[in-house]
Amino acid sequence: MSECCDVVIVGAGPAGISAACILADHGVETIVLERGEFPGSKNMSGGVLYGHDLARIIPDFAERNCPIERNIVESRIWFTSKEGGYSLAYRDRIFEEQRRHNVFTVGRARFDRWFAEQAGQKGVLVVCGTVVTDLLKDESGKVRGVRTDREQGELEAKVVLLADGINSLLAAKTGFRPEPDPEHVALAVKEIIGLPEETISERFNVAPEDGVSIEILGSVTRGMNGVGVLYTNKNSLSLVIGGNLKDFARLRLKPYELIEDFKTHPMVAPLIKGGKPREYLAHWLPEGGYDHVPRLYGDGYLIAGDSGMLFNALHREGSNMAMVSGKIAAETIIQAIQKSDFSSESLGVYAQRLKDSFIMKDLKKYRRFPGFLQKHEDIFNTLPDSLSMAARDMLTVDGVDKKTKQSRSWKMIRSKTSRLRLLRILFNAWRSVK
Amino acid sequence: MAIEDKLFLDRFNVDEVPHLEIINTDLCLKDCRDQPCLYLCPARVYTREEDGRINVAYEGCLECGSCRIGCPEMNIEWNFPRGGYGVRHKFG
Repeated sequence: MSECCDVVIVGAGPAGISAACILADHGVETIVLERGEFPGSKNMSGGVLYGHDLARIIPDFAERNCPIERNIVESRIWFTSKEGGYSLAYRDRIFEEQRRHNVFTVGRARFDRWFAEQAGQKGVLVVCGTVVTDLLKDESGKVRGVRTDREQGELEAKVVLLADGINSLLAAKTGFRPEPDPEHVALAVKEIIGLPEETISERFNVAPEDGVSIEILGSVTRGMNGVGVLYTNKNSLSLVIGGNLKDFARLRLKPYELIEDFKTHPMVAPLIKGGKPREYLAHWLPEGGYDHVPRLYGDGYLIAGDSGMLFNALHREGSNMAMVSGKIAAETIIQAIQKSDFSSESLGVYAQRLKDSFIMKDLKKYRRFPGFLQKHEDIFNTLPDSLSMAARDMLTVDGVDKKTKQSRSWKMIRSKTSRLRLLRILFNAWRSVK
Repeated sequence: MAIEDKLFLDRFNVDEVPHLEIINTDLCLKDCRDQPCLYLCPARVYTREEDGRINVAYEGCLECGSCRIGCPEMNIEWNFPRGGYGVRHKFG
């Protein structure tokens, strides 16, 4: 069998399409295989995307009708208890003007489709409705192509780029990456809630094309190591809640009940009031961090994006890592083609370049963070309520002097979490992100 | 909002060939005390019949993979739906 093209890419998400665009810019013949009916039809993210990294692939994306939902001008973090919670918000005019579209929301079914169309215009062949079922290897074990679920569906290429996402059957089947442990993925469920455009702008106090992102910690995840999210789209809201898969099993939580509960939280309910549910989705997030990134290259193949577990759980950054790793993978392949060397040694430049980029630097910086969350479940069960009770007491005006309130708040917090434990949490938190 | 109503919001192109299958039904009955598939699955694909057998409603699967790695017996044969089949996101 002869080669169909230079490069076969598995998966038409941000990693695969970024790579395809760069390859096509350099005249490399590329085929992208996508299992969905169209690119994005199987994809989900919380919903933010990053303009700086997209511009490195498509510099004029905003002029090319990129389906941007809202430009994020304000980021909020909530720390919730059952009855309320703390809120911290930061807004900056720079994100309305000079740094417009640095962070914006997207619907992945629309964005990925648009992104793949850009690749198509550059000459990439994107083939949808095709599942890659196995990798073809020669006697020495070098990857030389893919097998698909189509008739006569074997394709040979110089290099195969695996950009098939976190739920990669191929990685597990071929042993390039072990099947993830439930502890190293989060399961997230998402609901798209439709609301009129003006209602959203009013409720979130933003101009028509601007929006807000809210990350929600605390009791909303019912003791799970997890997070909730509320993002504004043009005429809908993205409501997401997720937790460590091991915690879901341990606490016997049902994801669809969790999100229903989340909707009734006193800080969430007024924002989604009157909204009409439009879609319900579920997806994994890679949560293992630095120590669970597999080997990302070998003879004849590379791995990019979620499939390589490239995800910064603390800063909810994944799509940027997907785009940048896809771009670096493409540049490595271009060099390999010039040298006609597709060995592991030649493609290993990819790992070195990732190491020198923000991707592995950030993952390394936060390598202790996943473990910190696992080992300090107080953050998700006892602390949200006791810290809220302290604020509730302090803010209730009832003739009791503040010193009395302060000492009884401290006593109440310490009755659930010892002083030593509190210090340890603070110290370990600092150590995990320093 | 019940899970049935949530799934009703979604679009599926259902294949007549199931992409999920329990490998050994006896294992679920006899050896699996916890049966986490019954609550882990975000689409409630797995339900228990009166006789204790696990029913697999693959038609509403959201293709997350949780049952595959969450099954303590590794007793679920999990494939992607054939190309073009399965869930089809509208917004994503």
